[in-house]
Amino acid sequence: MSFPFLSIIVFSPVVGALIIAALPKEKHLAIKLVAVVSAFISMVLSIYVFFDYDQAAGGMQFEEQIRWIPSLGISYHLGTDGISLPLLLLTGIIIFCGVLISWEKDVRPKEFFAFLLILVAGVFGVFVSLDLFLLFVFYELAVLPMYLLIGGWGWPVTREYAAMKLTLYLLVGSSIALIGILAIYFEAGLGTFDIMTLSQVGFTPLFQYLFFLPIFVGFGVLAGLWPLHTWSPDGHVAAPTAVSMLHAGVLMKMGAYSALRVGIFILPIGAQKWLPWIVVLTVVNVVYGSMVAFAQKDFKYVIGYSSVSHMGYVAMGLASMTVIGISGASLQMFSHGIMTGLFFAVVGLIYRRTHTRQIPELGGLARKMPFVAITFIIGGMASMGMPGLSGFVAEFQVLAGTWQAYPAIAAISLIGIVITAAYIIKVSYKVFFGSLKSEYEGISAVSTIEKVALFIMAALLIIVGLYPSILLDVINTGVVPIMMRLR
Amino acid sequence: MTLSQILALLAPELILAITGLVVLVLDMVWRDEKKKEWLLYVTLVGLVGTLAAIVTLWHQAAVLFSGIYTVDMFALLFKLIAIVGTGLVVLSAIEFMRGRTPYPCEFYSLLLFATLGISLIASATDLILIYLAIELLSITSYILTGYLRQDPKSNEAAIKYFLYGAVASAVMLYGMSLLYGATGSTNLNQIAMALGPANASLQEIIFPAVIFLLVGFGFKIGAVPFHQWAPDAYEGAPTPVTAFLSVGPKAAGFAVLVRVFLVALPSFQPDWILLLSVISVVTMTLGNLVAIWQKNIKRMLAYSSIAQAGYILLGMVATSTLGITSLVFYMFTYLFANLGAFIIIIAFSNGGGGDSVEDYAGLSQRSPGLALAMLLCLLSLAGIPPLAGFIGKFYLFAAIMKDGLIWLMLIGVLNSVISLYYYLEVVRQMYIIPPKAEEPVSSTSKALSGALLITMIGVLLLGLYPAPLIELIRVAACAFLSG
Repeated sequence: MSFPFLSIIVFSPVVGALIIAALPKEKHLAIKLVAVVSAFISMVLSIYVFFDYDQAAGGMQFEEQIRWIPSLGISYHLGTDGISLPLLLLTGIIIFCGVLISWEKDVRPKEFFAFLLILVAGVFGVFVSLDLFLLFVFYELAVLPMYLLIGGWGWPVTREYAAMKLTLYLLVGSSIALIGILAIYFEAGLGTFDIMTLSQVGFTPLFQYLFFLPIFVGFGVLAGLWPLHTWSPDGHVAAPTAVSMLHAGVLMKMGAYSALRVGIFILPIGAQKWLPWIVVLTVVNVVYGSMVAFAQKDFKYVIGYSSVSHMGYVAMGLASMTVIGISGASLQMFSHGIMTGLFFAVVGLIYRRTHTRQIPELGGLARKMPFVAITFIIGGMASMGMPGLSGFVAEFQVLAGTWQAYPAIAAISLIGIVITAAYIIKVSYKVFFGSLKSEYEGISAVSTIEKVALFIMAALLIIVGLYPSILLDVINTGVVPIMMRLR
Repeated sequence: MTLSQILALLAPELILAITGLVVLVLDMVWRDEKKKEWLLYVTLVGLVGTLAAIVTLWHQAAVLFSGIYTVDMFALLFKLIAIVGTGLVVLSAIEFMRGRTPYPCEFYSLLLFATLGISLIASATDLILIYLAIELLSITSYILTGYLRQDPKSNEAAIKYFLYGAVASAVMLYGMSLLYGATGSTNLNQIAMALGPANASLQEIIFPAVIFLLVGFGFKIGAVPFHQWAPDAYEGAPTPVTAFLSVGPKAAGFAVLVRVFLVALPSFQPDWILLLSVISVVTMTLGNLVAIWQKNIKRMLAYSSIAQAGYILLGMVATSTLGITSLVFYMFTYLFANLGAFIIIIAFSNGGGGDSVEDYAGLSQRSPGLALAMLLCLLSLAGIPPLAGFIGKFYLFAAIMKDGLIWLMLIGVLNSVISLYYYLEVVRQMYIIPPKAEEPVSSTSKALSGALLITMIGVLLLGLYPAPLIELIRVAACAFLSG
C-alpha cells in the first residue's frame, strides 16, 4: 500500500489532541505549539495531495482500505477526488489559520485546543470517507466537540442556548440521514457500505424518490438549508472566533458535501425528482439570508446571516444539476469557506480589542488597524462577487448553471447579490471609516501571528479569483463523472 | 454424560455458589475484622475462577438434566456480562461500603448469589428452573437494595422494589401455569412442540400467558409499564447496588425473554412482536422524556436505563440473527458505559460529592480525568461515535431497518436525540458551568480506578474495534436461532 497521506491528514489532529491531553494544563505555550504543529502537518499534506492529484487520470486517488467490521461490510476506506480535494485544502488552511487566530486564548487552552483538533479530524474524515458508515462516524464526531467549544468558550449571553440548539438540530438531521443510509444498504443487498460500489447500483426510481429526500435534507440541515438554518447564525455568533471560522468555513460544507456525495451521487434519479423543489428553498436562502444580514446591528450576526445567504448559492448550484452549476457550487464552498473564515477572524480581532460587536458603537478602526481593514474589504468584495476575486467566479458559475435550468430562480437570486453589496458596503464603512471613538485610541496592535492568518486567507481569495483554474480543473474532474450518471 | 462432564459444564455456577457460601460462612465464623478483609480477595478469586470457567466452556453446547438446563454460547455470553459486571461492581464498592456498613462481607456473598441467579437464568430452559433462578436473583436484589439499614431511603427503596417484584413474580408465575396448562409441559422445547404451528384454538390461553410472562420479564428489564420500581430503587439503593441493578437483572431479563419467546413461543411470534414493539416505543419515549426533568443523577440514569431497555427491545422485535446479535452486543456496550457512569458517581460520592446533577458543576476543572470518563460514558449511552454505544445502536437500527420497520427506526433515532439532551445536561455542568469548589475530587482508590479503566477500555474498544466480539455474538446468535 502506498503512503497513507489521507490517514495522516485525518489523524494528525487526533494525535495532537492526545498529546495535548497528556500535557499539564499550565503549559499554555507547549499546548499551542502542539496544536499548531499538528494543524500544520494536516495543512501541508492536504496541499501536497491537492497538487499531486493526477488530473488526467481523475477519479478516486490516494485510496486506502482496511476491513473494519466485516460482518456488515464496513471498511475503513479513504480516497479523494476532484470534489473533495478543494474541501480538504480548505479545511487544512482554515484550521491552521484558526489555531493562529486563537493564539491569545488563555482560558483553559488545553481543553479548547484538544476539542478543536478532534472536531477538525471529524471534518477531514468526512471529506475523505468512501464508506457510508465511516462518513457517518466522522460526521457525528465533528458535531459533538462543537457543543463543548461553543458552550465552554463562547459568548456568555447565548452560548448555552446556541450550543444545545445547534447540537440537537444537527443530530436530528444526521439521524434522519441515517435512515436513508441504512435503506440504501439493505436495498442494494450487496452487504457493503462502500460509496463507490453503491453508486454503481441502479436503485429503482421509487426507492430513489422515497429516500433521496431524507438524505439530502438530513445533511442539508448542516448546510444551512432554509428553513432549517436557524441554528446556524445563533451558533456562529455564540462560538469563539476559531470555532466560528471552522464552523461557517468548513462544517457547513460538510453538510453540502455529504448531501452531494450520498444523495446526488448514489440516488441521481431521486435527485432529479426533488431538486426542482429544493432549488426554491435555496433561493429563499440567498435572498432572505442577505435581507436579514442587512438588518442586523451586531457585526457577527451580519456575517452569520451572510453565511446562510452564501451557502444558498452552494445548494442552488447543486440543485441546478448542471456541470457548470455543480462545479460553481464546489468552488463557492472553497471561496466562502476562506472568505467567512476571514470575516469571523476580523470580527474576533475587533471584539477582543473593543469588547463590542454593535456596529453603531464602532467606527474609524481603519486608522488603528489598517491591515485588518484591507483584508476585510478584500473579503467583502469577494462576498459581493467583484470580478478578480474568488466569489465572482464561483457565483457566476452557479448563476450560469441555474440560468440554464431555472432562469426565473437565477433572476430572483440576483436580488441577493444587490443586497449583499449593500450590507457589505454599509458594514465596512461603519466599522472601519468615519470618526474613531476616543475610547478606542488605546487599543492594542494586531499581532504578527494574526496578520499571517489574515494574509493567508486574503491572498487565497485573490489567487483563486485571478487564476480560478487552479481549483476548477480539479473540481471538473470530480463533477463530470457525476453528471455522466445524471444523463 | 459422565459426572465430570456435568461438573465441568456447571463449573461457573458451582464456583459462584461455593465462593458465595465460603464468604458467608467465614464471615460468621471469623471474629477478627482484619482477617475478614481477606474475604474480598476470596470474592475476587471466585469471580476470576468463574470467568475462567466460562471461557473454557467457550463454543460448547450441551443440554443437561433432561432438558432443564442448556449450556450454549448464547448463555455463556450473558454469563460473561454478569461476571464482568459483578466484578466491576465489587471493585468499585470496596471503599463505598467500608464507611457505610459494618457488614461488608455479607454484601459480597449476596452479590455472588445474585450473580449465580443471573447465570442460572441465562441457561435455564425449564419454566420451574427459570422461576427459581429469577427468585434467587430477585430476593438477593431486594436485600442488597436495603443493605444500608440505617439509611431510610435505602429501606424505602427495598420495600418498594420488593412489593413490585413480588407482584410481578406472582403474575409471571400465573402466566407460566397457563402455559403448562395449555401444553402439559414446563420444558421450553416441549412447549414449542405441543403448541405446534400457530394454533388458533390455543390463542385465547396463550395470549394472556404471554402478557403475564411479560410482566415478570418486563419488570426485570425495567420496561414500561413495569418500570415504576426503578427510579426509587436506583435512587435509594447504595450506589454500587444501583450499578449492579442497572446491568445484572436487565441482562438476565433479556436472556430469559429471548430464550422463552424464541424457543417456546415461536409460533406466536406475530403476537408478541406486536406487543414488544409497542412496549419498546413506549419504554424508550417515556424513559427519555422523564429523564429530562430529573435533578438527581442516579434517578436520571434510572430513567436513562429504562430508555435503554426500550432500544434493546428493538433487537428482539427484529428477531433475526442480526436482531439477536445487536441485542447481545448492545448489552455489552451498555454494560461498560452504564457501569462506567455509576463508578464515576461512586468515586464522586466517595470524595464527598452529592448526587444532584448540579453537584457536578465544573468537574472538568476539579478532576479532568473523571470528567472525561463521564463524558465518554454518557456519549456512549447517547450513541455518539466513535464509542461503543454508537456501534450498538447502529446495529439495532440496522436490524430494524432490515425488517423494513422504518417507523420504528425513526422513533428510535429521534429518541436518541432526545436522550442527548439530558446527557448533555451533565456534560454542561461538568464542562461549562464553573466549579463551586476548587479542590479535586479526592480519594479514588486503586481498585476503583482499575474498574473505571476497564470500563473505559470497553467503551473505546467496542467502538473502535468491535469486529471480533460482533463476530463471536453473530455465530452464537446463528446457532441459537437454528438450534
